[in-house]
Amino acid sequence: MPRKTMIDAIRDAMDVMMGRDDTVVVFGEDVGYFGGVFRATQGLQAKYGKSRCFDTPISELGIVGAAVGMAAYGLRPCVEIQFADYIYPAYDQIVSEAARLRYRSNGQFTCPLVVRMPTGGGIFGGQTHSQSPEALFTHVSGLKTVVPSNPSDAKGLLIAAIEDPDPVIFLEPKRLYNGPFDGHHERPVTPWSKHELGEVPDGHYTVPLGKAAIRRQGAAVTVLAYGTMVYVAEAAAAETRVDAEIIDLRTLLPLDLEAIVASVRKTGRCMIVHEATLTSGFGAELSALVQEACFYHLEAPITRVAGWDTPYPHAQEWDYFPGPDRVGRALLETIEP
Amino acid sequence: MMTLRAFDARMQMAQRQGKTSFYMQHMGEEAVSCAFRKALLPGDMNFPTYRQAGLLIATGYPLVEMMCQIYSNEQDPLKGRQLPVLYSSKEHGFFSISGNLATQYIQAVGWAMASAIKNDTKIAIGWIGDGSTAESDFHAALVFASTYKAPVVLNIVNNQWAISTFQGIARGGSGTFAARGLGFGIPALRVDGNDYLAVYAVARWAVERARRNFGPTLIEHVTYRVGAHSSSDDPSAYRPRTESDTWPLGDPVIRLKNHLIVRGVWSEDRHKQAEAEVLDTVITAQKEAERHGTLHSGGKPSVRDMFEGVFAEMPPHLRRQRQQAGV
Repeated sequence: MPRKTMIDAIRDAMDVMMGRDDTVVVFGEDVGYFGGVFRATQGLQAKYGKSRCFDTPISELGIVGAAVGMAAYGLRPCVEIQFADYIYPAYDQIVSEAARLRYRSNGQFTCPLVVRMPTGGGIFGGQTHSQSPEALFTHVSGLKTVVPSNPSDAKGLLIAAIEDPDPVIFLEPKRLYNGPFDGHHERPVTPWSKHELGEVPDGHYTVPLGKAAIRRQGAAVTVLAYGTMVYVAEAAAAETRVDAEIIDLRTLLPLDLEAIVASVRKTGRCMIVHEATLTSGFGAELSALVQEACFYHLEAPITRVAGWDTPYPHAQEWDYFPGPDRVGRALLETIEP
Repeated sequence: MMTLRAFDARMQMAQRQGKTSFYMQHMGEEAVSCAFRKALLPGDMNFPTYRQAGLLIATGYPLVEMMCQIYSNEQDPLKGRQLPVLYSSKEHGFFSISGNLATQYIQAVGWAMASAIKNDTKIAIGWIGDGSTAESDFHAALVFASTYKAPVVLNIVNNQWAISTFQGIARGGSGTFAARGLGFGIPALRVDGNDYLAVYAVARWAVERARRNFGPTLIEHVTYRVGAHSSSDDPSAYRPRTESDTWPLGDPVIRLKNHLIVRGVWSEDRHKQAEAEVLDTVITAQKEAERHGTLHSGGKPSVRDMFEGVFAEMPPHLRRQRQQAGV
């Protein structure tokens, strides 16, 4: 099976869908002629024409607002926001419009829209190219939120998102574009060509929204992670020799609560890891859900490892980023509190 | 226009009687939406604000359905989910009204772009008030309409008042709202919005332009909000009580009536008769709507409906919450 980078897999998903469905349109800043700053749309304009893949003015509000109108017409827009940090001007269009349209019109108008955006840090991007705003979307009724962690999933999840009848926020951990980055920034990252999850089937396939994947079977503690933190948790478990069961959530909403509960009831312990800031982060929701569903199975307090509650710094990036050392220490504390 | 005015009067009264929570009337602005609608074809899509119910009435949307929406009763086509007057009817070319101002303007441009992408001949019509032209959505809409030459007509209804704020606050140093179009390279017109025939003529021109793919047009409809902003507003707190008595630009209904009488196709008697007929139609509709309930009495949408329609398929967490709610 061909191995691809995550960027190639994401492009492949759009290519497959644009080929199958002529209502799929792709646009955003630098997306058309140039193919996007991360090259996720490279070649799509040449292949499908300027009315299917095109550049937009620098207006995130304009991109998402126009996409809502297009979706209401009957197209399936898949738009790119250059960095998740730039989404805020479009937030009203996402929260008050895309997410509410089906409900408020009683299904007369719907919004099959995908908003793709690179998320997370680890690239020395400072506070405007590193944020992880997923909790701002999971808090909104009417949105689905997806965070893939590898090329194989990224393609299947993006195809599922484009085919979904409702708006989907698709957060792409940019530090994973080229390989499964585990937080060890001092060494070169393994390329996807050397990782089994870099194997991307050709053609059309989906990974269903709302299904988690167990990345490592274990008995000592359940680690709930998504995106880059899946590999950080794997590294931490290997380095501390803690027999962790690592669950890659893949979709935050809808959430695969069943898989989470089954694992925590088995291990009796739970640790949550995310790169986003701690307070009111998605980990708070996970922690509450686990406590509600697994209270009598818990042998230790649920722990959370997350970004500190500061803006994402530049020079102190690796002190901010929840790397394998910090995650490893927390793992040991969770099994021996 | 006469139906809309009678409808407004009855619904305003119904709100005062406690039959609904909220109402917004059109007094003074009836010509803008009623005349514009007549220039459109089936399939065209309006992206309205809360003060364009004339678009629905002028295209024959049933008054009873509008009232059921206002009453949030068991026949409310929107299942009680939306604030009164935030109608939606895809079939009648009327996009779901948001309530967050200006968001619909860029959506209209997107809808028009989609129509062009699909080589369709349908056009979109954006609507916005003078005050909310200050929102970023307005400027994004003009940039996108200009860049992609979208088949869209962008209307600004300048009724002089954004709740209590005079239109000059949003207009700033620009002489008119129409002038906003010039910097974007969008042809812009300014029309007497209380002249039914003038609105219709301008609409015909701009709609034809869009349909022939000559690009967007910006239209400033100069009119006047005679009544309060909404049932929760009292304009005497911010403008002279006598200002609305003078009907700046004149009552659009009386102006059209006088014009038709001079042309010899209408009369005072015929007008009085029409008023009585219209009132009768509206009262009959109201009685029927009230048989299905009003906000606090009679039939209501089910609590189960509250959980439906958030997504095409209900996800597990909502299903659990619906069970918790006992419905």
